[in-house]
Amino acid sequence: MASNMTSRRTFLQTVLVSGTAVVTGAAFGGIGQAFAGDVQGWPKEPFSQHALAAAMTDCIGTTKVPVTSKITLRAPTIAQNGGSVPITVSVDHPMTPDDYIQTVYLFVDHNPDPLAAEFHFTPANGQAYVESRIKMKKTDHVRVIAQTNKGVLMASKPKVVKVTIGGCGG
Amino acid sequence: MTSSSGSPIMRAPSHAKKGEIIEVRSLIRSPESTGFQKNKQGRIIPAHFIQTVTVTFNGKPVSHFDLGTAISKDPYLAFRMKAEKSGSLKMVWKDNKGGRWSATAHITVT
Repeated sequence: MASNMTSRRTFLQTVLVSGTAVVTGAAFGGIGQAFAGDVQGWPKEPFSQHALAAAMTDCIGTTKVPVTSKITLRAPTIAQNGGSVPITVSVDHPMTPDDYIQTVYLFVDHNPDPLAAEFHFTPANGQAYVESRIKMKKTDHVRVIAQTNKGVLMASKPKVVKVTIGGCGG
Repeated sequence: MTSSSGSPIMRAPSHAKKGEIIEVRSLIRSPESTGFQKNKQGRIIPAHFIQTVTVTFNGKPVSHFDLGTAISKDPYLAFRMKAEKSGSLKMVWKDNKGGRWSATAHITVT
């Protein structure tokens, strides 16, 4: 699992680096943007998937993850403004150098790009905890998958958020 | 890179007890446009959003966040960190248009 991740990232970085080189060359000709600004190391592939299963597979190599009550996913039941839906995630798991939550993936099932964020943690965090605000196109499921440094996967129960006004300008 | 981005804010407690888990909150201005929307003239508004946020303490990695276009305008992020020793907490934001901003705070641990 971990080696899959590494190879994907290595591949991705290679692509990004070569992409940048091409653009640099083209910039003198007054054209070319394409990959222009993507931050090096940013995982473009999973963020560009338009279906939940594909995004999940890119991130963790599977779509079947056991649900655990160790993950707390807080989101409003009803969000009046889909443009700003507050989300809080915390994982009840040790954060020791031997065993810690390395990544928390946040998905919105039917957003144009279902992967919203990958939050990476270290034992220095003391707790895998994150709060943010996200956009939701419509009433939908929000879900979280956490991965430990050993590659153990766990999922939150999906949480339904009823969106009154969609957050994608529609 | 445009004037609509930047002005990062990071809030962390200035003092903490050793071993205490502290909360850090942050905000930065960014349009977070997705590249899916059109303007009034019917032209696509290019994607413009924060892609990575990196957190270090005394130069050592704490957290790294990879973000997509689903993060709301003016991204808000809060996370926790274990206070082990005094030092400097730094956050760096980068967007897909070459924008880069940072904020630092000193935390005294006793």
